[in-house]
Amino acid sequence: MDWDIVNESIPAIFAALPVTIALVSVSLFFGFFLAVIVALGRLSPYSALNKPAYVFVYIFRSTPLLIQMFLIYYGSGQFRAELDTIGLWQFFKDPWFCAILSLTLNTAAYTSEIIRGGIQSVAIGLIEAGKACGMSTLQLFRRITFPLAMRQALPGYGNEVILMVKSTSLASTITIMDMTGVYKEIASDHFSPFEPILVAGSFYLILNYIVTVAISRAEKKLAIHAH
Amino acid sequence: MDLTILSWGASGWGDEFFYATLITISVATCSFAFGIVLAAGAATMKLSNYRILRMLANGYTTVVRGIPELLIIYLIFYGGNGILMSIAKDVFNYHEYIELPIFFMGVLCIGLSSGAYSTEVIRGAVLAVPVGTIEAAKSIGMNTSTRFRRILLPQVARFALPGLGNVWQLTLKETSLISVIGLAEIVRIAQIGAGSEKQPFTFFFAGLILFLILASLSDRGYLSLQRWANRGVRGA
Repeated sequence: MDWDIVNESIPAIFAALPVTIALVSVSLFFGFFLAVIVALGRLSPYSALNKPAYVFVYIFRSTPLLIQMFLIYYGSGQFRAELDTIGLWQFFKDPWFCAILSLTLNTAAYTSEIIRGGIQSVAIGLIEAGKACGMSTLQLFRRITFPLAMRQALPGYGNEVILMVKSTSLASTITIMDMTGVYKEIASDHFSPFEPILVAGSFYLILNYIVTVAISRAEKKLAIHAH
Repeated sequence: MDLTILSWGASGWGDEFFYATLITISVATCSFAFGIVLAAGAATMKLSNYRILRMLANGYTTVVRGIPELLIIYLIFYGGNGILMSIAKDVFNYHEYIELPIFFMGVLCIGLSSGAYSTEVIRGAVLAVPVGTIEAAKSIGMNTSTRFRRILLPQVARFALPGLGNVWQLTLKETSLISVIGLAEIVRIAQIGAGSEKQPFTFFFAGLILFLILASLSDRGYLSLQRWANRGVRGA
């Protein structure tokens, strides 16, 4: 055990922590909105809506994130001229854009299934009661279906957030220097993989521990209080 | 998009992709099997009466499920040979250079991760076995190994099947990460092809389709396995 390398790794990997947090939070933010739309699409009775939603979810859930990321980042290069004419190339040439796009699409696919399960678990009587009070479809969704579905979906969503924290490490394969990218650099520079993994591994574990605590707090807050 | 470069033969990449798919399937199968062996051990430890065994098993699943698989892969890739060589030097007094085969390293990494997920599945399945069936077996005088073989194992296998189906899908996708250490599985071949033919979209898209095919074949296999496992169960 070489403590010099440990001491060198701590500030270097800590400096990359904001990169990991930024990747997680931005893709979770956009992914959540997309997931709600996809879940509503999946539950829609119109096949023009539920078929595409199903295909989207199936493709993104059954293929590895790594290949999705490579397809978006490297694959877009094949259509450089076309993307340039419509002004999108400046986005696709940026690894940050591609990493966040692939993480967002990926988490949206998984999250939409969690939300769909939540929405389906809402008791039909509550919705009928809402209708009987004369609520509009939008009011019904905002006041009854959505909050109840969220409460049901929260434990599953917590797991998804932890998987996302881990998934951001793949961004290091498309040149982004997140915690895993910095780990790899230190490990190959010093030819000693053990010391920096203690540091990087601890940071990931702490991050995931905070997520776990936050989700269980939220679960408690939303739980039905027994009187 | 010129699809002729994906044809079979010397000028196309069809045969390369075919063999890469076989490698993906073998890595996934070996890792999954290795993972189940690890998981059976870890689940037994988690259910044991000894605190130290429970702590060890909990440590394994918490750490492996809490840190990215890529970190574990880099650790074993950069550090595996070093550990092995120092063990060989200290224990067997063997001083030559040793290098683990990449396939073996891949199975080790993915198996470790797959095993952590399987542990929870198997632990849950053991807890789901109705205690009455164990008591009944005891009361007719079955010994521990017969009880394990005839009563516990068949029920655990059936209860664990849905969870293990999910772990299999996860393991299949995780094999893609082994491409970073150069094993010629689907993603690696797509990368090589994309680089040499300058058609990255075509190659990564082909890889994506291969994974879709593997996933849908797994779905079908899982459904028939599920039907077979539940053949003796009364349906509603």
